[in-house]
Amino acid sequence: MNSIRRFIEKAGWPRIIIAMLLLSLFIVAPSVGVRVDQSITDTIVRFGMNGILVLGMVPMVQTGCGLNFGLPLGIIAGLLGATISIELGLTGLAGFAGAMVLAAPFALLFGWSYGKLLNRVKGDEMMIATYVGFSSVSFMCMMWMLLPYHSSKMIWGYGGAGLRTTISLEGFWLHILDNFLTVRIGSNFMFPTGMILFFAFMALIMWAFFHTKTGTAMTAVGSNPDYARAAGINVDKMRTISVIMSTVYGAIGILVFQQSFGFIQLYNGPFFMALPAVAAILIGGASVNKANITNVVIGTILFQGILTMTPSVINSAIQSDLSEVVRIIVSDGMIVYALTRVTRKSR
Amino acid sequence: MTEQQPLLHMQGITKEYFGNRVLTDVTLDINRGEVLGLVGENGAGKSTLMNILFGMSVIVQTGGYTGSVSIDGKEVNFQNPFDALKAGIGMVHQEFSLIPGFTATENILLNGEILHDNIVTKIFGPRLKTLNLPEMRAIAEKSIELLGVEISPDTLVAEMPVGHKQFTELAREIHRPEMKLLVLDEPTAVLTESEAQVLLTSLRRLAATGIAIIFITHRLQEILDICDRIVILRDGQVVKEVATSDTDIGQVAELMVGRSVSAKSAATEDYNESTETILSVDQLWVDMPGETVRDVSLEVHKGEIFGIGGLAGQGKLGIPNGIMGLYPAGGAVILHGKPTRLNDPAAALAAGMAFVSEDRRGVGLLLEEALDWNIAFTAMQAQNKFLRPLLGGLIQWRDDKAIQNVATEYIKALDIKCTSTDQPAQELSGGNQQKICLAKAFAVQPDVLFVSEPTRGIDVGAKALVLEALRTYNRKNGTTIIMISSELEELRSICDRIAIVDEGRIAGILPPSATAKEFGLLMIGKVKSEANSHE
Ligand SMILES: Nc1ncnc2c1ncn2[C@@H]1O[C@H](COP(=O)(O)OP(=O)(O)OP(=O)(O)O)[C@@H](O)[C@H]1O
Ligand SMILES: [Mg+2]
Repeated sequence: MNSIRRFIEKAGWPRIIIAMLLLSLFIVAPSVGVRVDQSITDTIVRFGMNGILVLGMVPMVQTGCGLNFGLPLGIIAGLLGATISIELGLTGLAGFAGAMVLAAPFALLFGWSYGKLLNRVKGDEMMIATYVGFSSVSFMCMMWMLLPYHSSKMIWGYGGAGLRTTISLEGFWLHILDNFLTVRIGSNFMFPTGMILFFAFMALIMWAFFHTKTGTAMTAVGSNPDYARAAGINVDKMRTISVIMSTVYGAIGILVFQQSFGFIQLYNGPFFMALPAVAAILIGGASVNKANITNVVIGTILFQGILTMTPSVINSAIQSDLSEVVRIIVSDGMIVYALTRVTRKSR
Repeated sequence: MTEQQPLLHMQGITKEYFGNRVLTDVTLDINRGEVLGLVGENGAGKSTLMNILFGMSVIVQTGGYTGSVSIDGKEVNFQNPFDALKAGIGMVHQEFSLIPGFTATENILLNGEILHDNIVTKIFGPRLKTLNLPEMRAIAEKSIELLGVEISPDTLVAEMPVGHKQFTELAREIHRPEMKLLVLDEPTAVLTESEAQVLLTSLRRLAATGIAIIFITHRLQEILDICDRIVILRDGQVVKEVATSDTDIGQVAELMVGRSVSAKSAATEDYNESTETILSVDQLWVDMPGETVRDVSLEVHKGEIFGIGGLAGQGKLGIPNGIMGLYPAGGAVILHGKPTRLNDPAAALAAGMAFVSEDRRGVGLLLEEALDWNIAFTAMQAQNKFLRPLLGGLIQWRDDKAIQNVATEYIKALDIKCTSTDQPAQELSGGNQQKICLAKAFAVQPDVLFVSEPTRGIDVGAKALVLEALRTYNRKNGTTIIMISSELEELRSICDRIAIVDEGRIAGILPPSATAKEFGLLMIGKVKSEANSHE
């Protein structure tokens, strides 16, 4: 009895309820004609696509910079890397790796200046982060038109200038991770080993980082900046490092997302990525100043699981194509729910 | 019933925190106008009992309690402090709960603001009523006056010395007309002796008006001075309830810890004047709010225990905070003949100095983190201890095992009461938190150790233990200790020399054998207002 109570206390009711909901969706799925193996595949793939973006929330939360509503900044760095890689004509693994390498300097630079900015607005980080996200997307909307790209795969057919809103990765690095060591069972079950391995690798780096001296210092900065300062830590520097890390993870995260999704989405694309990532980590049980990798894994599975299952089950049950509507309702509903659950661990 | 009903009756109170029982079947009564002393070792459960009475959220969140609380014979079960306030209970917590950016007046009348109707309220309702500031100020002034202190109602709390903050909290509680029962959890811990006297006098005055008072302190003399009755808790149980007139300090202390304690620690004999200088401070100024240091020059000898005393607000706390880089400072600090960089905590630590801050919850602890982190963190960051270099030193890996070992070691050495090294620091009782702060500084193994108010909030048994730990540490490792304290007796019992700070300057340095009068003259030499207020 006591152990059950402890478990509930530790896991938290919201997670238990959402997990039960997800489980019941999987149970009713076959009776309305939705294939369970197909659904599991979809959930796993979506987890792999979004996992690293959610992981990118962790460092900023840990240093007390709050949830990274400025994730679009990191995503933009990733988009620059991807488009430049294509522009240079790189394909396959070289293209994917090239995109990451080319994205890195942008992510470092963006993260560094974003971090400096957040250090000036302590206490209001999340509001400023939201502005940064919005304005960077708007600014890039102009730049995608103006930057001197030439590759015919990317620019508008007419006019001959400006990048398209979506760029197909077909022939570049489509499914480069998904198809690595893929396990297929029957025609409906597929396990994207490469992508999950890559997520595990990025999570391992994050885990290891928080076991180093610097990572420990960052956690202390989030818990009590005055304590950290008295221990001789440069609080602003730790915060900047965390923002850079979050931004780099955002850049890499979007590249992983795209190789599975199949398209690079420019212009307003980055706009819609921050909120689901924020919602996922909150649903995973993180607070505004404490998050760990377990929160990321659980939150992403629950959020993406519900997001895949609800539309397909409801769709099949009522025999009509409402999937997009249902998907939007469920997704936004979960985001709103998660944002009402924002908590700060008490001092 | 013919017998007079007690104002408060707590019956069979039992409380567990996650299976750890901290109160067992506690029963307690208090009548109108009575002052009840509640004493017990660190972690005996005093604050917990009072939190139950006051409906604090930690109690409800951790599964509530069993037993009953009645006021005027009616059973109550407060779900939050507002219920308790409505029932006429006021509480001054062990930790401050003031809003730093507000003035004394605003803090005192928080949630009890005097409101005016204006045109807007007629349309939009009472939320938009304007504040009647002059009236609020008058009320604040009156309740500050009732305490017998001089604080301007317009001072910002952030700019007050700690003593004044404590009086402001108290003023907030007593301005309410419906106040029947006042709970004070270690109100004098942050006060100097003279301030404490002022407070005790005003408590007696309050009691005479029919208010009942529950008073918690580790300074047993205060209990004997003002309480009518004493309840002694040990390990969550009432071991004895006595009338003050039937007991003495020795007996109370013995009952608290369950063995006899020697109140005095060994005085110093073997100190010789001719040792070399380890730390010299020249024309130091520190801009610390409420504790400004103007011009301090000092020479501290290697291996001595150097005391710094003085009245609150005169700047004694500013000295270590400035030297350790926590507040803007200027002048010269020379350690081992080498000047250290000011305004840089990392440089101060690297030079071989460590600091136990007087503000343990503010800068002393990582409240949400485990005890082992709290203890090892500073040493890890400043000195690369408890780290394992990987890949040829490229990566500094945290050695969790070593951290746990050192934590276990200090928990044992300082007799810290906790469930394990994984317990978050916020779950410890106040006194045990203080010991964690000491352990943190010991783990740095500094050449010069600053300890600011090291025994604040620590019980008699543990106090002797902490002072003993400091002395042993000093003798065994040759560590120079600079101890800042408001308690002159404590300084005299352990220090080799004692400097008295007055108006941001050193008024004089005396040996511990100097008379109390000599110290007193140095302290109040120039401070007329303090001297007037209690004579
Ligand atoms: N929030 C909490 N969670 C778990 N344990 C707690 C919590 N608060 C207090 N405790 C435990 O309850 C016991 C009693 O603590 P309490 O704060 O009541 O002691 P105290 O008598 O006020 O001591 P002190 O004189 O040091 O202030 C301690 O062992 C403490 O560790
Ligand atoms: Mg207490």
